[in-house]
Amino acid sequence: MSLVVDSITKRFGRFAALKGASFTVPQGAFVALLGPSGSGKTTLLRILGGLEFPDDGAVRFADMNWLGVPARERRAGFVFQQYALFRHMTVAQNIAFGPSVRPRRERPSRKEIAHRVEELLHLVQLDGLGGRYPSQLSGGQRQRVALARALAIEPRMLLLDEPFGALDAKVRKDLRIWLRALQERLGITTIFVTHDQEEAFAIADLVAVMNAGVIEQYGTPQDLRRAPRTPFVAEFLEQTGSAPN
Amino acid sequence: MRRPTDDSILTRGLLIAITIGFIGIFLLLPLLTVFTSALANGLQAALDALRDPDAISAIKLTLIVAAIAVPLNLVFGVCAAWLVSKYDFRGKSLLISLIDLPFSVSPVVSGLIYVLMFGLQGWLGPWLRDHDIRIIFALPGIVLATIFVTFPFIARELIPLMTDQGRDEEEAAVTLGASGLQTFLRVTLPNIKWALLYGVLLCNARAMGEFGAVSVVSGHIRGLTNTMPLHVEVLYNDYQYVGAFAVASLLALLALVTLTFKSLLEWRYADEIAATHRH
Ligand SMILES: Nc1ncnc2c1ncn2[C@@H]1O[C@H](COP(=O)(O)OP(=O)(O)OP(=O)(O)O)[C@@H](O)[C@H]1O
Ligand SMILES: [Mg+2]
Repeated sequence: MSLVVDSITKRFGRFAALKGASFTVPQGAFVALLGPSGSGKTTLLRILGGLEFPDDGAVRFADMNWLGVPARERRAGFVFQQYALFRHMTVAQNIAFGPSVRPRRERPSRKEIAHRVEELLHLVQLDGLGGRYPSQLSGGQRQRVALARALAIEPRMLLLDEPFGALDAKVRKDLRIWLRALQERLGITTIFVTHDQEEAFAIADLVAVMNAGVIEQYGTPQDLRRAPRTPFVAEFLEQTGSAPN
Repeated sequence: MRRPTDDSILTRGLLIAITIGFIGIFLLLPLLTVFTSALANGLQAALDALRDPDAISAIKLTLIVAAIAVPLNLVFGVCAAWLVSKYDFRGKSLLISLIDLPFSVSPVVSGLIYVLMFGLQGWLGPWLRDHDIRIIFALPGIVLATIFVTFPFIARELIPLMTDQGRDEEEAAVTLGASGLQTFLRVTLPNIKWALLYGVLLCNARAMGEFGAVSVVSGHIRGLTNTMPLHVEVLYNDYQYVGAFAVASLLALLALVTLTFKSLLEWRYADEIAATHRH
């Protein structure tokens, strides 16, 4: 069930956002996509989620031609940078959305969905907040609702686009420890976009350093720190501070 | 001792006086005149004027025209707003200007366009005559002109809101497994419903009140192609003031009902309306 991304290119008009990005994610691994603003991280993630289509290249997941699967059938749990919660729905309705839009044959009963929502609220430590609207939550709480909503579809992979981008350093740190523990427990292949080197190294099994539409280096945090393969990687890691932790 | 706020209290008082004075003279006074003139010979006379067959036919025609034009513009408006706000394509700003066209074109010209196309001397005139289809001086022409004039109301109401909301929520819905229709019904529509309702109210008020464009295509056939605003004019030119103002009162009432309804909506659902904007 590994994920193979093979020479993906994507152009917006004449501008090439991705110029042949390739990497392989083992089943259940936690991968961080690390790179400066505009390097193509979001674009790559959106391609994996089915929200964007590459001009060239292939993606295989669990031996499926992943690009041939429509977004709504991929069951890729996508967490957006700005959360994109349904603002007119309560937290519970947000989380219940995925299960409740399934075709009637596969749809769980109302009671099952409600039960599942309770479980997920507990999982993301938001017990009792199911009746609130997203506008009544803090940033960190919204973030966890977005994650619970993505988990409700029993995703085959998790795609997280700078999920902690809008949060302060302390909350970020707490959430990333919590997220990593959760991911390990559920065993879901996870791709996590960030431009924070420290965060990437702290949370991921493997880090892909992106620059201007290509993956400069892909490996474990130790590998990257020990042997940066390009000047860009060396400089990027140095710049953002590579104090061992 | 002068305090820094003295000045602003004076200014504020002046602004309030100007605003109220302006509203009173240009909006409330005429409105009052309409109702008092209608009731000049008593309530019975006004009601009798409304029971006149020509008046009833004008009211019916107006309702029919609005019942066709408003739903069509509802569909067009939602489609146009959807297209403009959720997709990027070439010529988008041109399309937005086109949507606004009916606002900037004189209604008389809007009516003339249809006469030029469908009138007896128009491009399609001979063909229509040969096939015995009447558009100008008949219901279809009135409906077409009304649709043209009221087209921007709903689209204009929706475009800024939908642009502001972006497509994030729709994309989230799709990744969660929703179909296009489910996404529209369960995510897009609830997010725009108040703006949509407001747009429909405005569109309806204008559809029933439109004079210029309809006047050109209607032909003023009494009891047949006269809408309420046209009927008012006919009666007025006939010196039947009570009748004219009785029908005019109905139109004014429509405006008041529209406004009341709108205020009620805003008051009752203030929280929800605020929540549908970006949080
Ligand atoms: N829809 C689009 N149309 C045109 N250009 C786009 C579009 N989406 C992305 N781009 C361009 O592609 C490049 C990569 O964008 P992307 O959003 O993937 O960057 P990113 O690595 O996620 O950056 P950030 O860290 O700022 O989120 C950018 O230069 C961006 O301007
Ligand atoms: Mg991004």
